[in-house]
Amino acid sequence: MKSLKKRENIITAAIVLALLALAMALDILLPGYHIAIKVLKKGAVYALVAVSMNLLNGFTGLFSLGQAGFMLLGAYSYAVLCIPVAKRAGVYQYFDGGLVQFSLPEVLGKLPGMLAALLIGGLIAALLAFLIGLPVLRLKSDYLAIATLGFAEILRAFFQWNALGPITNGSNLLKSYPEIGGALAYILLAGIFIAMIILLVNSTYGRAFIAIRDDEVAAEAMGINLAKHKRMAFIISSFFAGVGGGMLAMYMGAVSALSFKSTMTYEILLIVVIGGIGSISGSVLTSFLYVASLEWLLRGLDSGTFLGINAPGLFKNGFRMAVVSVIIMVVVLFFRKGIMGDKELPDLFKKKPSRKMKKEVAAK
Amino acid sequence: MQEMLPYLINGISVGGQYALIAIGYTLVYGILRLINFAHGDVFMVAGLIMVYTSTSMPIYLSLPVVIAATVALGFLIERFAYKPLRTAPRMSLMISAIGVSYLIQNLAFYITGGVPQPVTNMIPWISENVTVLGASTKRVTLVTPVLTIVLVIVLVLLIKKTKIGMAMRAAARDFETAQLMGIKINSVISATFVIGSFLAAIGAMLYFTNYPSVAIGSGGMPGLKAFVAAVFGGIGSIPGAVVGAFLIGLCEEVIKGLGYTTFSDAFTFALLIIVLCVKPTGLFGEKVTDKV
Repeated sequence: MKSLKKRENIITAAIVLALLALAMALDILLPGYHIAIKVLKKGAVYALVAVSMNLLNGFTGLFSLGQAGFMLLGAYSYAVLCIPVAKRAGVYQYFDGGLVQFSLPEVLGKLPGMLAALLIGGLIAALLAFLIGLPVLRLKSDYLAIATLGFAEILRAFFQWNALGPITNGSNLLKSYPEIGGALAYILLAGIFIAMIILLVNSTYGRAFIAIRDDEVAAEAMGINLAKHKRMAFIISSFFAGVGGGMLAMYMGAVSALSFKSTMTYEILLIVVIGGIGSISGSVLTSFLYVASLEWLLRGLDSGTFLGINAPGLFKNGFRMAVVSVIIMVVVLFFRKGIMGDKELPDLFKKKPSRKMKKEVAAK
Repeated sequence: MQEMLPYLINGISVGGQYALIAIGYTLVYGILRLINFAHGDVFMVAGLIMVYTSTSMPIYLSLPVVIAATVALGFLIERFAYKPLRTAPRMSLMISAIGVSYLIQNLAFYITGGVPQPVTNMIPWISENVTVLGASTKRVTLVTPVLTIVLVIVLVLLIKKTKIGMAMRAAARDFETAQLMGIKINSVISATFVIGSFLAAIGAMLYFTNYPSVAIGSGGMPGLKAFVAAVFGGIGSIPGAVVGAFLIGLCEEVIKGLGYTTFSDAFTFALLIIVLCVKPTGLFGEKVTDKV
C-alpha cells in the first residue's frame, strides 16, 4: 500500500512543481500588466479565500456567509499599515494625513513589513471572529448564515463611517501601498497558507471538524468538544480569509469598503460549490478556472466577438456574467458534487483496485 | 417632535413595504425551511418591469402585467431551482437560492446594461405630494400602510378559511405527513411562491415610487431587511412578519432622523443578531424541538 501512496504523491508534487515553473516562466516572459499574470495573481488570492471558506463550510459544516467581512478587515489592515509615510497626506487628504503615522514596510524592511501587515490583518480578522463567534456560533445552519451575512454588512457600514476616517479614510479609497511582486510571489504566498490549511485538515483537529460536519451528536458522543472546535474552525477560517483579503488589496491596488459586498461572499461560495464542497484541490482549481474565464477567456462575450462569432447585439456588456451564472446554476442543480466531489488531487492518481485484488478481498 | 414627524410617517410606510416582502420569506420558510435569497431580487425585477411597462403601456395595463410577470418569475424559480432539490440536504437548497439570486442580478445587469433605470411617475395618483400634520410627503406614504394591512387581512383569511390555506398550514406543520394525507405538496409550494411574489410585486410598486431609479442591487437591502423582519417576528408567522417589518421600518427611519444614516442598515443586522441569540424563535414564532 505504501508504495501506491507514494506514487500518487509524487505525481501530485510533480504537477505542482510544473505549474510553479510555468508561473515563474510567465513572470519572466510576460510584462506585469499582461492578462495571464493578472489571472494568476487574482486566482491565487481567490484560491486562498475559497479554501478558507471550504474549511468552514465544507469540512466543519458551518454555513457561514461572513467571508467578505473578514476579507474587508484584512484588506484594510494591510492597506492602512503599508501606505508609505510620504504618501499618507495625499491618501488621507480629508483627514489630515490620518492617525497611523508609520508604515510597516519602511520600519521592518519591504518584504517582512508586508508579510507582517498581512499576518496582522489575519489576526485582526481572527480576533473579531472570536468575538462574533461567541454569540453567533450557537446558531444552526441558515440562522448562522444570515447572522454572519449581517455581521459582514455591519462591518462594511462601520468602515465607511466618517468618524473612523482618520484610520479607514471614511468612504474614500485607500491606495499607494506596495505590492508583493509577480504572479509567482502570489502563488507561493497563497500556496504556503493553503498548505497550512491542508496540514490542519489532516490533523486530529481536522478529523474532529469532519466528524462535526457528518454528525454533531455522534461527534459529541465521541468526546469532541463541539463549541471549542466550531470556534476554532471559525477563527482559523477567518484568519485565512483576512490574509486573503490583504492579498486581494495588494492585487487591486486600491481598497474601498464598497467592494466587499455580500455578492463577493456568494461568488466565493459558488466557487467552493463548483469545486466540490470538502475538496481543497477542487476549490483551488475552480478559483483559477473561474478567474481565468471571467477575466480572460470569456471577455469576448462582453465585447462583441467570441470564438469568431461577431454579434455585438447579443454579446454586449454583462453577457459574460449571465453565461457564467447559468453555468453555475447547472452545476448547482445537476452536478451537485462539483468538479472534484470530496476527492483531492492525489486521489485521482490512485491505481484502481484490479479485479484480482477485489476478488481476494471478497474471498477474505 | 415636529422634526421627527416626517421620519415617523416614512417609517410606517417603509415598514409596510418591508412587510409585503417579509411575508414572502416567512411563507416559504414556513413550508420549505429555506431562506429564499432570491426573493429580494424578485422584488427588484418587479421594479424593473414596472419601469419598462409604465413607459410603454397605459397604467391599467401595466399594473396587471407587472404582477403577472413577477408571479410567473416566482413560480418558475421554484419549479426550476428548488423543486429538483426537494430531497437534497438543506444546504444545497440554500446554495441554489444564492445561485438564483446571482443569476437574476447578472441577467438584470445584461438587460439593463448596468445602468440604473429611472423611475418616472409610474403610478400618477400615489406619487402626488400631500401634506400631513404639517409634513409634506408623497401620497404613497399614506397608501402603503393601509394597503398592507388590507392585504395581510385578506391573506390571513385565505390561510385560515380556504382549502389551499389549510393545506399550506398542514405542510408547514409537517411536510411528510401532509403528503401522506393526500395534499399535493408541489401545488401548495407553488401557491406559496405565487402569493409571495404577488405581494413582492405590490411592495415593489409602492417602494420604488419613492426612489429616483431601480438599480440591479436595489433588491438586496430591502430583501435582507424584510428577512430580518420575518426572523424578528418569528419566522413562519405572518402577523409576526408584519409587526417585525413595521418595527424595523420605524426604528430605521428614527435612526436616520437622529442623524446616524450610516448605521440605519447596521442597526437592522445588529437587531437580527441580538434576536437570534436571545430569542431565536422571534416574537410570535413557535418553538421547534430538534429530534435526533
